[in-house]
Amino acid sequence: MPLTSDKRHNYQDLQRLMALQIGDEEHDAASTSTLDVLWVLYSDVLDITPERIGDPTRDRFFLSKGHGPSAYYAVLAARGFIPIDWLAGFGGFDSPLGYHPDRNLIPGAEISSGSLGHGLPLAVGAALGLQAQSNPARVIVLVGDAELDEGSNAEAIEFAGAAGLSALTVVAVDNSSTTWAWRGGLETRFAAASWDTTRVDGRDHAALAHALRRRLAPAAPNIVVAGVDGAS
Amino acid sequence: MSSLSMREQFATTASDLLEEDSSVAVVLADISAAMFTRAAGRHPRRVVNVGIREQLLVNVGAGMALTGMRPIMHTFATFLIERAFEQVKLGFTHQGVAGVLVSAGASYDVSRGGRSHQASGDVALLDTLPSWTVHVPGHPTEVNTLLRSAVISEGPVYLRTSTQQNTKARPVDRHGQMTLVRQGSGGTVVAVGPMLDPVLAATEGIDVTVLLRLHRAPVRRSNPGFHTRCAERCPSRALPCRDVSPMRGRRPRTPPPPSPHPRSATGRTAPLRDTRAARIAIRTRTREDPPRSANLP
Repeated sequence: MPLTSDKRHNYQDLQRLMALQIGDEEHDAASTSTLDVLWVLYSDVLDITPERIGDPTRDRFFLSKGHGPSAYYAVLAARGFIPIDWLAGFGGFDSPLGYHPDRNLIPGAEISSGSLGHGLPLAVGAALGLQAQSNPARVIVLVGDAELDEGSNAEAIEFAGAAGLSALTVVAVDNSSTTWAWRGGLETRFAAASWDTTRVDGRDHAALAHALRRRLAPAAPNIVVAGVDGAS
Repeated sequence: MSSLSMREQFATTASDLLEEDSSVAVVLADISAAMFTRAAGRHPRRVVNVGIREQLLVNVGAGMALTGMRPIMHTFATFLIERAFEQVKLGFTHQGVAGVLVSAGASYDVSRGGRSHQASGDVALLDTLPSWTVHVPGHPTEVNTLLRSAVISEGPVYLRTSTQQNTKARPVDRHGQMTLVRQGSGGTVVAVGPMLDPVLAATEGIDVTVLLRLHRAPVRRSNPGFHTRCAERCPSRALPCRDVSPMRGRRPRTPPPPSPHPRSATGRTAPLRDTRAARIAIRTRTREDPPRSANLP
């Protein structure tokens, strides 16, 4: 089945959409670790479509783990946010698809990322801004386990828990890549700050969709830790 | 001399702006929080104290800006700009959104606090980023005018308050031009913000023009002829003369007002979806009055 921009694609197309960017042999560990989480978010969880990227009531998804973005670009292309024919130019001089995403070049990208530890604090600010406007949209931010080494996250975690920012969801892709392992699991930091926490298999779409669903009457922000193999 | 400090005036004006404009939010990191107690009680969702977390202070403001708010972030100058500089660079400039940074404790206000509290590098750091307007008021009344124009504008602004202030407020030029305070013919001295009174005292009886600048721009050093003449007369010829304007007795050209549209580091204009249109929508949803013009008053 040909890959074109005039139809939505499904999960099976994602490997080909990634291959357009980085070739068949290169399976970039950073980008494939996020593939299933991103697919479930965009196909099953987020209240967002390409037609509504300017709608203030849309859910906000922040990709904080900005390196290795080819899975993200593949999902955006599959869901119709960006044209398929942008993918072959990934990383090129004139390409809007850079090695780290730029929100001013990519329709549907809510933040520009690349330096770790910024997406979660920005998401805290976005959740506060939406709350100040009585806007019920969710903010979901994807981080990596090693990204959480950055101290700027600690500031955000403690404050968001204390403030009860229930519109905020963090999904942490945990591929055990920290230099110093998170003793007790990274979710213990969040639990200590009064977040709701859960851990699921990062390749199980049904479990991911259930964990990431909009909660009925949350009183706290929540984190979903999506565990994937260290080798992926 | 005003009975208010510039910092107190900032809190007063910011509190008024919270009442007048529902797109305005104030973000604090414990510093000056006591000055916002009443405003926080009236607008609990738009006065946010994150505690002693300056990186979060700036990125919370940036995140609010991403949803269309106009955030005002405040703490001491060193912590606001130097400690959180990557957040200023990436949270605001790189995202292509804007807000108002307001500092207290400029330059050597807190010199007795030692090196950690001496803030001489903040403007130099912001000079490495495009599009930041810098306001340096010299009097609390100027703080009120400049903060209001900063909030009503769309671009990124840094407003730098000091414990040092002039005895009189001066008119604030709406286009960012310098103000002629004294006309002379033997040279020109540019006084920035609270330096006006010391400059007037130091040049008493000397035939020079004194200009007051409330907005940052680097001193131009592009006139080689002037420097040659100056070096011939200057005893320390090794040092380029930086403190005298090349335009003797005339008002030099000043840079144009900042662009109304926030721009990303790539130079492209950010999409309006969360910026000006959203801010107007926020105001018109919650007020009967028509939305304010984005132009300077």
